[in-house]
Amino acid sequence: MSEHAISVRGLTKSFSGRRVVDNLEMVVPKGSIYGFLGPNGSGKTTTIRMMCGLLTPDAGEGDCLGFDILQQSGQIKENIGYMTQKFSLYEDLTIRENLDFVARMYKMTNRKARVDKALEDLGLADRAKQLAGTLSGGWKQRLALAACMIHEPEVLLLDEPTAGVDPKARRDFWDEIRRLAGKGVTVLVSTHYMDEAVQCDYIAYIAYGKKLIDGLAREIPSMVGLSTWLVEGPELGALEAALRKDPGVGQVARFGTVLHVSGIDTAALEKVAERETAKKTHDWTRKEAGLEEAFIYLMAHSQDNFGSGGQA
Amino acid sequence: MRFSLARFRAVLVKEFIQMRRDRITFAMMIGVPIMQLLLFGYAINSDPRHLPTLVEMADDGPASRAILMGMQTSGYFEVEGIVTSAEEGDRALRDGTASFVVVIPPDFERDVVRGHSPQILLAADASDPAAAGGAVAAISGIVTTAISETLSGALTYAASSPPPFSVVVHRQFNPEGQTSTNIVPGLLAIILSMTMVMITAVAIVRETERGTMETLISTPVRPGEVMLGKIFPYVFVGYVQTGVFLAAARILFDVPFLGSPLAFFVGFNLYIIVNLALGFLISTIARSQMQAMQISFFTLLPTILLSGFMFPFAGMPGWAQAIGSAIPATHFLRLVRKVMLKGAEMADIATDLWRIGIIMAVIVLIALRRYRQTLD
Ligand SMILES: Nc1ncnc2c1ncn2[C@@H]1O[C@H](COP(=O)(O)OP(=O)(O)OP(=O)(O)O)[C@@H](O)[C@H]1O
Ligand SMILES: [Mg+2]
Repeated sequence: MSEHAISVRGLTKSFSGRRVVDNLEMVVPKGSIYGFLGPNGSGKTTTIRMMCGLLTPDAGEGDCLGFDILQQSGQIKENIGYMTQKFSLYEDLTIRENLDFVARMYKMTNRKARVDKALEDLGLADRAKQLAGTLSGGWKQRLALAACMIHEPEVLLLDEPTAGVDPKARRDFWDEIRRLAGKGVTVLVSTHYMDEAVQCDYIAYIAYGKKLIDGLAREIPSMVGLSTWLVEGPELGALEAALRKDPGVGQVARFGTVLHVSGIDTAALEKVAERETAKKTHDWTRKEAGLEEAFIYLMAHSQDNFGSGGQA
Repeated sequence: MRFSLARFRAVLVKEFIQMRRDRITFAMMIGVPIMQLLLFGYAINSDPRHLPTLVEMADDGPASRAILMGMQTSGYFEVEGIVTSAEEGDRALRDGTASFVVVIPPDFERDVVRGHSPQILLAADASDPAAAGGAVAAISGIVTTAISETLSGALTYAASSPPPFSVVVHRQFNPEGQTSTNIVPGLLAIILSMTMVMITAVAIVRETERGTMETLISTPVRPGEVMLGKIFPYVFVGYVQTGVFLAAARILFDVPFLGSPLAFFVGFNLYIIVNLALGFLISTIARSQMQAMQISFFTLLPTILLSGFMFPFAGMPGWAQAIGSAIPATHFLRLVRKVMLKGAEMADIATDLWRIGIIMAVIVLIALRRYRQTLD
């Protein structure tokens, strides 16, 4: 058996002549939590759809759980759970009917018990007869998540599963994801939240359909090679504006009451830091570059590469 | 990866639940046929009676008067007066005071007896051809009866020879002598086609439009399971509609059912399926429910106009007949009329059945080729 759950190469997809996914390679190890990041319209959803046979790639190949993504989408579908980005269960069916329908699709034997358990876990047992369309946004999201896991698939493809979900539920959700991964389930999850990205074992970052970087989550910042300084003090706004114009500074990002000043050119950035520290208006401390700075940098960088012509 | 009864049942159950919850659509599915039946059966009377008639009588012998009596009692004609000249009659037709002008020539009775075959002219207002149809069809019979009653003695020698007179009618449009007996069976073809095509087309596009298609096809469900699971509930609706229809035809319109129930059953099942398949095909083309609706209406027009429902098939020009032959309703219409009105058995409708079968095969083939299991 292979050590990867999903492996794709050269995946390419165009919509009306525009390359939305471009020559993408990706390997998702078995039992890992794989974060899939990228700005809006970068092609995450399209990639996931190609992996589970919902879209036919224009070019490329790959396998999921040992099944060919081009030829054996039938087998793939039986063994994965896919949660769509947009709520796509039946709004005119009740919560229970929706879960029951999905369970039937996978020909589950102890259907009633599974559905009951899913309702219990969701905490929706007493609202089972409510129409799904009348749930709040976050609850819809949680229902969809429960539905795609009901047949206990080996691979979960989750497209922004926690968008619009409250912090407590998000925490519960990630606990559940980690528990499943511990049992050997592979989870590919797309997200825009950095606090979720850091919980992933691996991360791939794409922009304009091209993969910019992938690897172990903790190694990503050093792979990008950023150095970052933390700046604290008064009147950060003025300082931020000034630093942005400084050629030695790659990027400035504000996090609450601090600025994260980063750059790829460590020496140049150090000079800026020395100069600014001498003014004694702000505190400058060196810090290890985080994922967020790395991604902001990658974004800006990719825009340089592709120009705004690739924007959706 | 073969057809799974369990998944088919799941789709079926889901469709039934959704159908039950969508009360308005459900009500329309039953309400529309009843409404149409009542409208076509009662309100739209293509066989109107008591049409104003003027008479130009150049002969007023007993036979001529019997003809007038016969016309009056037939119910078609309401004899309202006498005209004395051709111009007067023309004017009345033109300004609408009369729908018909009957001209009985001088010495009509004498010429009949002598075997000169005189001509009675029935000038009809043809601007609404259908309206005049029934009366025009009836006139010949009325005249024959009137003459044979009054002149029976004098005419015995001519009893079996061609009628001793002729009725000249300005050629009229006469749609098979439409009566509610004829139009009601035809309506079944239209009602079923209209609702079946539209409902299925919309039902499938609805999944795409609401986005539920993505979840649906991300499960292992097969196209056949989806197709059958979605089509079956509407077969059921078709049964309900046909049941309502047959009951109404019998109770409200006294339409007989003379032929073989089996032939009818086979025919209407085939017809329901062909329409559902057409709906499915439309759903593979349409991108939204609105489009599905529009395309369905688009197919409805030729179904009504070219199937022989509105106008007699034989009277249509060649190209229209060619299009009409490709429409399932054309063949089902004949089938129903044959079975209900003419007492047809299985063998009599074989041609209609296989023609519908061919149309169905073509539609299903195209639909299955077009159905995508992906989102592209
Ligand atoms: N069916 C389609 N037809 C045409 N264009 C499409 C289609 N699906 C996606 N696109 C385009 O492909 C690009 C990538 O879309 P995709 O949904 O994969 O992005 P994403 O990374 O999931 O974005 P987001 O973070 O906003 O969900 C977008 O520009 C989108 O407009
Ligand atoms: Mg997306």
